[in-house]
Amino acid sequence: MAFVALGGNAPAKAQTPTKTGRVALYLLLPGLFYLGLFFLTPLFSLILTSLKAPSPSGEIGRYEVAAEFGNYLYAVGQYLPQIIRSFGFALLATIIALAISYPIAYFIAVKARNKPLLKGLLLTLVIAPFFISMLLRTFAWKQIFSNDSWVVNTLKDIGIFGSDSYIIGTNFAVIFGLVYNFIPFMTLPIFSSLDRLDLRLVEAGGDLYANPFTTFRKITFPLSLPGVISGTLLTFIPISGDYVVASRDFLGGPDTAMIGNVVEANFLRIQDYPTASALSVLLMAAIVVLVSIYVRRSGTEDLL
Amino acid sequence: MKRELPQDPMMRELVQMARKHQMSRRAALAGFGGTAAALTLASCTSAEEGLTPATDVSDSEPVIVWHNWPAYMDEDDDGNYPTLERFQAESGISVDYRIEIDDNDTWYAKVKDQLELGQDIGADVACPTGWMASRLQNLGYLQTYDNANMPNKVANIAPGYLGSADDPDRIYSVPWQGGFAGIGYNKAAYKEATGKDAPGSMADLWAAELKGRVGLLSEMRDTVGLVLMSQGIDITSTSSLTEDAFMAALDAIKEQIDSGQIYNVRGNSYLDDLSTGNIIAATAWSGDITIINYESGTDDDPEPFGFIFPESGATLWADVFVTPMGATHKANVEKLINYYYDPMNAAELALWVNYITPVVGAQEAAAEMDPELAEDQLIFPNADTLAKSKAFRSLTGQEEQRFASAWQNLLLGA
Repeated sequence: MAFVALGGNAPAKAQTPTKTGRVALYLLLPGLFYLGLFFLTPLFSLILTSLKAPSPSGEIGRYEVAAEFGNYLYAVGQYLPQIIRSFGFALLATIIALAISYPIAYFIAVKARNKPLLKGLLLTLVIAPFFISMLLRTFAWKQIFSNDSWVVNTLKDIGIFGSDSYIIGTNFAVIFGLVYNFIPFMTLPIFSSLDRLDLRLVEAGGDLYANPFTTFRKITFPLSLPGVISGTLLTFIPISGDYVVASRDFLGGPDTAMIGNVVEANFLRIQDYPTASALSVLLMAAIVVLVSIYVRRSGTEDLL
Repeated sequence: MKRELPQDPMMRELVQMARKHQMSRRAALAGFGGTAAALTLASCTSAEEGLTPATDVSDSEPVIVWHNWPAYMDEDDDGNYPTLERFQAESGISVDYRIEIDDNDTWYAKVKDQLELGQDIGADVACPTGWMASRLQNLGYLQTYDNANMPNKVANIAPGYLGSADDPDRIYSVPWQGGFAGIGYNKAAYKEATGKDAPGSMADLWAAELKGRVGLLSEMRDTVGLVLMSQGIDITSTSSLTEDAFMAALDAIKEQIDSGQIYNVRGNSYLDDLSTGNIIAATAWSGDITIINYESGTDDDPEPFGFIFPESGATLWADVFVTPMGATHKANVEKLINYYYDPMNAAELALWVNYITPVVGAQEAAAEMDPELAEDQLIFPNADTLAKSKAFRSLTGQEEQRFASAWQNLLLGA
């Protein structure tokens, strides 16, 4: 557009952007088609399902098209604790993951900057868990924390645990599992931000008599903010909808169910598709709202 | 050059429709629209018109695809299934035996859309539990078997399985194996924790010494059924097993979960909890206990786990053969059922899987192969044992929705 304003032969030049605009549009088509087919269609179907009412035959799993907004009220009324728990767990797990990941990322990106071998090794270690299926890793934790494991027995021997205490099925086990599974998602974006950090700025901070903490607060952290934001989003959003870790077959128990588990039970066990769909829509809406507030607050809208 | 039409009715219709419109671009588009219309119509009309069985092509295609539960077929050390291989050799029918069912509800969620349209679910025969088969039958999803093709079944089926209101002659569903749900426990750990040799009732599971070391099955009819029976409810009767009674039993279970008495409520994986020592006692399925004894027993202690009927009684269930409307090899399936109703074959199978065989005469046949196991009440129960066990009554659609919702909500802590 800039050189359109420049020249005297503006009309001739004006065609160029239109043409590229059309090409860009054609190039966009597959993407739009993909979005329409695999995002909008299911979303539409999900919203439609969330408004269905039981069919008069009363058979389990039979629903007909309706505008039953009561499904949303029922879903919230029945499963409010699970909804709150999901976001609570997600928030807590994100904060813990950030606290663990930031120093790791800082060490790899800044302290190991001039030691390529060490840096490569450490990065591999962060990514290594991805080489094994997440289900298997979670199962491994289930074994490690099982009642007859050395962990539980040691805790009992040193008197921290009573004879009837256990780990699996507690909030601790679930949050631990969530943090563990999502640490790489937090570490890598922060790493890539810190990797670009210009150390001369940190040096300048020191020259201007800022103590290390102030330098971190005023220079390092703000410059790593894009990584922190994308890391927290990559962690918070999937954790809110996670249903594996909190499942009773993995690290969860009867009082650790999250929204994902509720949706799974409603969908697969009792064929209550409207409630399950209503919960999915609510989860999606809640995440969109929370995330936009968060991104707005942290002043990095251009990330979205 | 015309290829043979597929057997699945819906696919057949689509292919025919596509052929009618030769593939000019415009016609293809019209065909696409027509197909979409046909799909919509099919999904709308099937429920009212009722489904009809797919054409049986057993004569030209000697094959069966069979979906079943894990550990439900005799197996030798090489992983072969001896009784099934003999059937294939004798009948010339090749059987594709697949372990596809892990849970009735999730299996149903997987196949219900095809069932509703009368399409092939990918299996000619599957073995869900009886209550699930009743649901499929009531919805009109099942073909009927022809007793004339199954003389062994007519002659040898245990009388207890006949005469139900839904299916008196067992032509919609034919029992495959049955079993009990009672209490399974780790003998040594139970003795150490409570000082007693064995639990005797459901109340023993709520003993303070077992806090946090008790497991429950996530199968509603078994766990809630056992609790209902311990509260004096007759689970076979509509007048005794009311919604109030059911909800009262759920309250009793909730109390134990809230107090931390219950370690977890699980499906098949409760066995891991029991064998790894996570739990000391659990509501359990009879055949499973035999299997973990076999796996974890030593020469000194061949049976580290025990199984008892609570004094108030155990629940009884059966998994059944069903053939959906879209299956095209029903006659082959009838031959298969007939084969497994031969007492010799049934005995060989029962001695391996350790569940209750529905075949009369299998016990006598088993006595010749393994006299000791043939006396096992959990595999060949006598009349006294059967009298102590009851089957959960059938539920209407509405009841099922309410009961199952309440049960799942309890498990979700909601």
